[in-house]
Amino acid sequence: MNLPVLSVGFTPLVDAAPVIVAREMGFARAEGVAITLHRAPSWSASRDMLAFGAVDAAHMLSAVPVATALGLGGAGAPIHALSVLSVNGNVIGVSRALASRMRGQGYGFDFRDARAAGTALLDAAGPGLRIGVPFPFSMHAELIRYWFAALPAAPEAGVEIRTVPPPLMAEAIGAGEIDAFCVGEPWGSIAVETGTGELLLPGCAIWDAAPEKVLAMRAGEAEPARFTPLIRALWRAGRWLAQPGSRTAAAEMLARPEYLDMPAEVVDRALSGRMTVSARGDARRVERLVAFDPDRAGFPWGDQAAWIGRRLARRAGLDLESAERAARGVFRGDLYCQMLAGTGAAMPSAESRDTAPGLQRGRFFDSRVFDTSRVE
Amino acid sequence: MRPCRTMDLVPWLHVVDARLMSVRLSIVVVEPDQERARLIVESLCAAGDHEILVIRETTGLARRIGQADPDIVLIDIADPSRDTLEELALASGPLERPVAMFVDRSEQGLTRAAIEAGVSAYVVDGLRAERLKPVLDAAMARFQMFRQMRTELAATRRALEERKVIDRAKGLLMKARGIDEGEAYALLRRTAMDQGRRVADVAEALVTAAGLLS
Repeated sequence: MNLPVLSVGFTPLVDAAPVIVAREMGFARAEGVAITLHRAPSWSASRDMLAFGAVDAAHMLSAVPVATALGLGGAGAPIHALSVLSVNGNVIGVSRALASRMRGQGYGFDFRDARAAGTALLDAAGPGLRIGVPFPFSMHAELIRYWFAALPAAPEAGVEIRTVPPPLMAEAIGAGEIDAFCVGEPWGSIAVETGTGELLLPGCAIWDAAPEKVLAMRAGEAEPARFTPLIRALWRAGRWLAQPGSRTAAAEMLARPEYLDMPAEVVDRALSGRMTVSARGDARRVERLVAFDPDRAGFPWGDQAAWIGRRLARRAGLDLESAERAARGVFRGDLYCQMLAGTGAAMPSAESRDTAPGLQRGRFFDSRVFDTSRVE
Repeated sequence: MRPCRTMDLVPWLHVVDARLMSVRLSIVVVEPDQERARLIVESLCAAGDHEILVIRETTGLARRIGQADPDIVLIDIADPSRDTLEELALASGPLERPVAMFVDRSEQGLTRAAIEAGVSAYVVDGLRAERLKPVLDAAMARFQMFRQMRTELAATRRALEERKVIDRAKGLLMKARGIDEGEAYALLRRTAMDQGRRVADVAEALVTAAGLLS
């Protein structure tokens, strides 16, 4: 049988797992679609491949569709998010020099307490801290900014946030171009493996349900219904990935040369939450370092887009209210509900538009709860 | 900056020169490989009288480009450093002008062709398409060539690797079954045909299995 084909872009990261699993485990075929996967060399290339029609859909940073709606970066067709593929998945690391200064000042690297880690980092780094993130429009950049702004001693001199592509992150910190980074796994573990950096915190220590990657399509898509089998397959892939028994198979799959092309053992660290945080082999355990379970995280909330949109708009000097309106329209909860109708997927009902049983939007390290009524 | 022509050496051309200067574009080419960079500059020079700066170092790329303040930035679409250019879209300092991936609604085909050729072009907002087109055409032709070379090189490398694996598999079969090279190859080929796989894949499996058993 000839199935309709959808081409899907992905960037080599652990959180590309849902699209890879949807293909490799046969969920896509079972839903009646054949997917071809295309590895993108960078986020901007992935966005443009999608915007200009080289692929039909893409594994994408949650902030990128929002940025395109605000006219930031790129100039192709605007893109929309059909579902949240993963929450969390990033780690924060520091250079070895900075790590040993922090240790010298008595910091214990618990890989848990964001307030203590941030304070220790600022104490040891002094003014002019340079932090690498993969993309200017990313949850990485937002987490770092949120973190520093909410610390008791917010840095006066400011923190310089630089864009460094994930595959070059370990090299950049090794060469002293940056002092710290926030990057998606497995690239933080690669910095540990190459002996250039040590891990300080998982991203989930700052916000425990940060929408990280989305499945993106072109906004002007004439026939969104053709994505229904893909979204259903991704929902099944997410549920499969959420089962502890799937982990080893998933790590092996992702490790293959056509996907991440790196040792399965390194890929497995994020999936299992058993992180090696230093070259000496110090181990830390983290719950939900990266999470795929769509019944807690899959629904693309307008509020999530609004949160990202207001923050991007404030920095770019755009009007906040119109930015928020534009952002909300980008996360297509409406299509998500239509496409997953009848599957039993968790989604808000028409009556309760801003809550749904099971779905979680999380809490920040400063005890604030992600809250619809207060999008900041 | 390396101008295509150094007109200021000819004093009586100054008037013309000033007019030309106003239409000259300043182009930054991000390309770590020296030979590739030379070829790109060559084709851009053939496309018109432009001011071209090659940046080979990708550290601090956004800052370097901000300083150069060009009309156009050209970078290989496969270069992950391209993401650092996205910072320029957020920059608002006097030296750093907003740039966008080129697209003119009437010429979507041009952008798509550029992406397919493997070149990303960032242009300052407001640059008119007719000024950009010759530059992009020249760049596209060159990047298309590089892409083709890269594909061919990868194919050659793969063929070589496969050759090596097939030779090792033949050796294993010759030793294990006491057959000669021709028979060993025939056996590999027959197995591949029976299983609907490639000879190289069967050889690879054999070599891996032998490695595990040894």
